[in-house]
Amino acid sequence: MEFWLARTVRMAFTLFVVVTLTFVVLRTSYDPVVAMLGPDATNREIELFRERWNLDKSLIEQYLTYIGNALRGDFGNSFRDGRPVFEVIAERFPYTLWLGGVSYLFAVLIGIPAGILAALYRGSIFDRAIMVVSVVGFALPNFFLGILMILLFALIWQVLPSSGASSWEHVIMPAFALGLTLAGILARFTRSAMLEVLSKTYMLAAQAKGVRPARRALFHALPNAALSVVTIMGLILGNLVAGTVVVETVFAWPGIGRLLVSAISSKDLAVVQALVFVIAAAMVLINLAVDLSYRMLDPRTRRST
Amino acid sequence: MTDLHPETASPVAQGAAPLLRWEGLSVPLPTGADRPYAVQGLTLDLQQNEVLCLVGESGSGKSVTALATMGLLKGEMSHTSGAIRFGGKDLTSLAPEARRHLTGARLSMVFQEPIASLNPFYTAGAQVSETISTHSTRPAPEIRDKVLALFEEVRLPNPEQIYRAYPHELSGGQCQRVMIASALALDPAVLIADEPTTALDVTTQAQILSLMLTLRDNHRTGILFITHDFGVVSEIADRVAVMRYGELVEIGPREQILTDPQHDYTKTLLAAVPKLAPRASRPVSGDPVLRVESLSKTYRSGGVLRRSRREVQAVLDASLQIRPGETLGVVGESGSGKTTLSQCIIRMVEPTEGKVEIAGQDFLALKGKHLRAARRRVQIIFQDPYTSLDARQKIGDAIAEGPVIHGASTRDATRISHDLLEAVGLDPVAADRYPHEFSGGQRQRICIARALALQPDLLIADESVSALDVSVQAQILKLLSEIQAERGFGMLFVTHDLRVASQICDRICVMQQGRIVESGAPDQLFANAQEAYTRALLAAVPGATRVFG
Repeated sequence: MEFWLARTVRMAFTLFVVVTLTFVVLRTSYDPVVAMLGPDATNREIELFRERWNLDKSLIEQYLTYIGNALRGDFGNSFRDGRPVFEVIAERFPYTLWLGGVSYLFAVLIGIPAGILAALYRGSIFDRAIMVVSVVGFALPNFFLGILMILLFALIWQVLPSSGASSWEHVIMPAFALGLTLAGILARFTRSAMLEVLSKTYMLAAQAKGVRPARRALFHALPNAALSVVTIMGLILGNLVAGTVVVETVFAWPGIGRLLVSAISSKDLAVVQALVFVIAAAMVLINLAVDLSYRMLDPRTRRST
Repeated sequence: MTDLHPETASPVAQGAAPLLRWEGLSVPLPTGADRPYAVQGLTLDLQQNEVLCLVGESGSGKSVTALATMGLLKGEMSHTSGAIRFGGKDLTSLAPEARRHLTGARLSMVFQEPIASLNPFYTAGAQVSETISTHSTRPAPEIRDKVLALFEEVRLPNPEQIYRAYPHELSGGQCQRVMIASALALDPAVLIADEPTTALDVTTQAQILSLMLTLRDNHRTGILFITHDFGVVSEIADRVAVMRYGELVEIGPREQILTDPQHDYTKTLLAAVPKLAPRASRPVSGDPVLRVESLSKTYRSGGVLRRSRREVQAVLDASLQIRPGETLGVVGESGSGKTTLSQCIIRMVEPTEGKVEIAGQDFLALKGKHLRAARRRVQIIFQDPYTSLDARQKIGDAIAEGPVIHGASTRDATRISHDLLEAVGLDPVAADRYPHEFSGGQRQRICIARALALQPDLLIADESVSALDVSVQAQILKLLSEIQAERGFGMLFVTHDLRVASQICDRICVMQQGRIVESGAPDQLFANAQEAYTRALLAAVPGATRVFG
């Protein structure tokens, strides 16, 4: 109970800090008027725009209004087309969820088994091959990988569509570009977590009991290694958000990553602020999920919940 | 400790075929090691209903022999030669699957670190059940009953509760009993115990040893008991085999090896065994270098809400003082608060209450640079010489670092470090080498030199010899006494080993649950202990009443 109380207070505080910081930084660093109306706008137009978006009030006043509205779930309207920002975001969010989900699934289903096998067959050709692929995976910037794939699969061999999101075929390349890096990171961490566990005395003790090798790996080593792998899985989900910004741009994927880029370049402050809030909220929830799974996995903390 | 079995105990049927026989067993070491073989040409028998103690110092090949027998060696070391005969077969030439059927069922093993040898992820009950389910198809309820019966047999309190407990909820002694229950689950013919009591307190050790003997008698198990401690040997062995550098040096019945050893190496080992030989305190004078009054340390844990808060009294109302040239021993079982006490004195841990005066100065009132300056007066030597030296720092620099920090010129500091290396029995030329080039005993000498470089008034030795082999231990204790006589510092000597404490200390404090329950000169304390706890500790010392060699 106390755990939940402390966690909720902390999560709320984190989000409050994020909202405040983005507000202060964005509102003081530049004036959106010129970017929105263009250099030819008349003074009258500028004045009207300022009034329309409350930009003529003092910063404190703007902030208080913003926080007050935000607490009621209203993050304002897009400067560009006047629609509520959450409507704009809600339109794009499912696409990012789709792309992110597929890449994450790819990373987990490829990365974790690869790491386990590499650890079990440490030093073998197999281990080295997996490690080489994983190094390549996270050394290749995903925009480069994306462009390379577009060149090969869309332009030269013409087997996959180069951009857009209208069918499942569209998701293959961006998901791979995004997921390969993550799979590489996961494979390396899973491998080292497994290697550490495999060197423990209890693994030797399991062998001395005559437990079968496969059972030793899956029932004795894996759950213990999972404790550190879960932490990395959480961090990777965070990486995913950063990755979507780049990959969505390369593949013209209509998700929130691309929305963020275009909102920033057109100085659509309300959209940027709301997006940062959504991303921060997602990160906070991911962190909570990691902590919870940690508590469920580890008997040393399970009892005290 | 009283003798656990009569002199005629070894009920080994003479002339019977051995239960297990090692025939010219050799285990190679990986290339680049200091010798080609970990074990070389070992020929040895284990009989039914016998405890065979395998004794030797670290690196003698005893554990490797155990691992080879269980088929647990990996990599290059698994390419053994020679034979290990059991039940008419050579274990080393069995197919892996055939060998796995014997491992854990007919041959089983108990390890040195009881807590580390249980998987933190599963309950004690599940882990012992696994041993049975691996080798049989018995139904689950039957297995459960069997495990509970085993827990009863190894004298675990509340078997039902232990069955559901996770390893971190059990003490070291309880974990070792669980491991023994697991090893005995399928009534094996051979039990290999690799230093099973080394990580345990003396009182727990005594209980585990007596348990092992009961098991030998009830199950007629052949037990290969690996230990470095001749005290333990004198309590439990039917026969003793001594190993050095991977080779068998000497083997014979317990009494013969302990009282009439033939080989020089065995004689050296026996001579180095610390004896419970309490000395009288030496006369000391001068103002105390350390005065501790009513020191307490309370650990509080838990969250912001009051009801979830927990308090642990690690040290409670401890008072003591040490004069120049005097050694005060602090003894007690693990968790008794002796390490916390020493850490509070040097403020590695901040005490909750009380007073600490070092060389007449109120040490707890100091802050910032005054505290840093005063830290010169008290130095510490840790338990593990392998982790307490920076692997990337030359040992000369490690020793000179303290004086340089406290304002000595580099030239003076270098001179100090060379002098000290000589004083601790190392060649000053070694100053340019790195820690990994030294043995454990040599490293502990380096740590002593480093501690002395600042000419402290007080030296704290926290279990400083417990990680060392007995022969090295004896040398280090001698060195500490000599240097102390020469330089006159006071010493706080924290140890769990009453034999060691009896030899080096002028006075001993016995700690139990954070309190100093009794103190006095070793000869008086040991002859006339007032507290039942002190008497229990003394009674549990392995081989207490015996004269070795």
